[in-house]
Amino acid sequence: MKGAKLIAVMAILVLAATAAHAGILENVKKAGEIKVGVSGKVPGFSVPDQNGVWSGMDVDFGRAVAAAVFNDPGKVKFVPVTTSERFTALQTGEIDILSRNTTWTFQRDAKQGIDFCGILFYDGQGFMVNKKLGVKSAKELDGASICIQIGTTTELNVSDYFAANKMSYKPVVFESADESTVMYDTGRCDVYTTDASGLAARRTTLSKPADHIILAEVISKEPLGPAVRHGDQQWGDIVRWTLFALINAEELGVTSENVDEMMKSTNPSIKRLLGVEDNLGEQMGLTSDWVYRIVKHVGNYGEIYDRNVGPDTPLGLERGPNALWTQGGLMYAPPVR
Amino acid sequence: MTVQWTPKPDLPPPPLDTGFAGWLKKNLFSSFWNGLLTVAGLLIILATVPPFLRWALINAAWVGDSREACIHLGEDGISGACWVFIKVRLGMFMYGFYPDAERWRVNLAMVLLALAALPILMPQAFEKLRTALGFALAGTIAVFVLFGPGPGAAAALLLVLPFGLPHVRLKAIFEKVDAQPSAGLAARAAALALAGGIVYAAARGFEGNALPGPLAGVFIALLLGLMLLDRAPAAAWQWVFLFTVYPFIAYVLLMGDAYGLAYVETHLWGGMFLTLVIAVIGIATSLPIGILLALGRRSTMPVTKTLCVCFIELIRGVPLISVLFMASIMLPLFLPEGAHFDKLLRALIGVSLFYAAYMAEVVRGGLQAIPRGQYEAAESLGCGYWRMMGLIILPQALRLVIPGIVNTFLGLFKDTTLVAVIGLMDMLGIVKTALADTEWLGFPKEAYVFAAAVFWVFCFGMSRYSMHLEKRFQVKRH
Repeated sequence: MKGAKLIAVMAILVLAATAAHAGILENVKKAGEIKVGVSGKVPGFSVPDQNGVWSGMDVDFGRAVAAAVFNDPGKVKFVPVTTSERFTALQTGEIDILSRNTTWTFQRDAKQGIDFCGILFYDGQGFMVNKKLGVKSAKELDGASICIQIGTTTELNVSDYFAANKMSYKPVVFESADESTVMYDTGRCDVYTTDASGLAARRTTLSKPADHIILAEVISKEPLGPAVRHGDQQWGDIVRWTLFALINAEELGVTSENVDEMMKSTNPSIKRLLGVEDNLGEQMGLTSDWVYRIVKHVGNYGEIYDRNVGPDTPLGLERGPNALWTQGGLMYAPPVR
Repeated sequence: MTVQWTPKPDLPPPPLDTGFAGWLKKNLFSSFWNGLLTVAGLLIILATVPPFLRWALINAAWVGDSREACIHLGEDGISGACWVFIKVRLGMFMYGFYPDAERWRVNLAMVLLALAALPILMPQAFEKLRTALGFALAGTIAVFVLFGPGPGAAAALLLVLPFGLPHVRLKAIFEKVDAQPSAGLAARAAALALAGGIVYAAARGFEGNALPGPLAGVFIALLLGLMLLDRAPAAAWQWVFLFTVYPFIAYVLLMGDAYGLAYVETHLWGGMFLTLVIAVIGIATSLPIGILLALGRRSTMPVTKTLCVCFIELIRGVPLISVLFMASIMLPLFLPEGAHFDKLLRALIGVSLFYAAYMAEVVRGGLQAIPRGQYEAAESLGCGYWRMMGLIILPQALRLVIPGIVNTFLGLFKDTTLVAVIGLMDMLGIVKTALADTEWLGFPKEAYVFAAAVFWVFCFGMSRYSMHLEKRFQVKRH
């Protein structure tokens, strides 16, 4: 089989110059599964359980796309990719979607040959301190020692923030998040900083979680979202509108439980969304009931959020900026019409 | 008058020089500084070992299957290790994402490897034909009982045949046929065709791929070689089987997609199983390649020598991690879109070539230690290059560098953890994913201690075996 693959590689090498590439959607349908690049190491976003079953926000988003394309959320293959190889994996077609808590930045969008498809989670860097310090705001952190992971944007953000506020700090850098958490717990530094979603996860691992508070200030913008390879508009549209469909479904009150009743709704927006009226999905290469499939199998955005990182999970994250725009958050999706 | 001189009875040695006190004085407190060192050592042991034991054993949580079992404190108010976390995750740590129902295939592949390698690793235990045959039969029956008829047949092929084949004289059979001059060639061709046909038919079990043809070809080539060889001892057959038949069986077992076995993609491989796959393949390929490279580097042929020197120095000049990055990030960019090498295959090639370069230098060290007289003696006996190397130089050279070779193997085994940087879930990689499970946040110590213990067991085993080998091949020099 390896031999066959090698021969195939050679053949493709010869043909590559002339052959036109089929769209990703075609390839995905032919393969019968979508390859989604995930991290595998971020609590609440993508992590396998003890039986090897994946869960998390990033994972559920991949399942939503699979539900839209195949009407089966199981037809998705999760490929763990590291931070350094994630963009290459996307460019070379090793994965079809990168759903790996990746921050949407100008450079990545413009130069890396990939396209971001919206924002799945608004994250931002925050601070955690021990209640004993009596600190109420990040502005009071002048002179504090801060546990940071080396070589991350968090390191640069802290430096920017303290310089902008004319404060000083002592960085205590560590190689891994685990290490810095343990060191923070033993009192090696006053402040622990990372993305807000990570802070909540890390707090649960401290010896006395209740003794620590997460300060309200968020000092950076970390919009996390799925990305696809640059150049295939149709596939980009499918991924982008899967995300918008999830948000629209929550806004219109369509959940995995009531979606069957909602099919009989008289609200024209819901009718359009679920494909009762018009056949919008078909214009994208899918079926008209694509949103019905997504919501039926995976749920709407709110359900995904609550299931993986919401207040009832060990992470216990409030919606905050990830609430719908109608409820004071930033989640806003263009209408399906 | 003579006086009978009777010596007084010997005084007993000073009490501080005998018994336990004497041993203490001699070994631990022979001087002031030695005494100080002993006390310091004791203090360090006292400061570290009891707290570790209290954490790892006494206060540890062993029973249960949820996080709640671990949220308790020991009698002295200090929480202990949460081994429940390891217990719950053990399947993942060992097999990765390999589907539950198919894990017996991994077990079988490992059992077959152990059984096939055992006679090679400890030949002195299998010197008597009766023990050897008994072992082979017992192994076959055990596999048959545990895994079923198919695996039993594979085990028989792998274990019994190497002991049986030395007693078959192919050449003698053909010599009888050769008595009728015209029939000789035709008989050989017919035998080859028949054997090739059998293999081809067997390989048809693979649904819809190009395997049967090449496989039958390889088998015919192998047979052709054997016809020329006539008899080979059982040990030789065991090596041949381990390097030809076993990889095939293991490949079919682990990958599947043949003979009714479900296809298991390599991206599902993980845990200790993946670590062993990389380590075993790395070890099995890097030594032969390394020996060839070492011979090439000492060759007098300019092209061969230059190529080998360049390869060795290039590979030794870069870290393994950059080789892996090249294999996983740069290589796919050169290939056209949609054409993929398997990620595991890329990593395997990277690890093998990298360690082959190191192995070459170890072996070269051994070659340099062989006196010039040995080469000359071999040449004066009329040996050609390969006979001289294979029969006289290499056996001596390799024996000299056993510690170096095993050292390189140990390095390889531990460096398999580096494949985590290209997204392969080896033992350590899977341990790290377990740490991110929201249900089980906060047990990194347990996970890392467990991983370290597993690695230590393997490495210590290899190191002991190397000492055993050194003793076995020790030559008394007068």
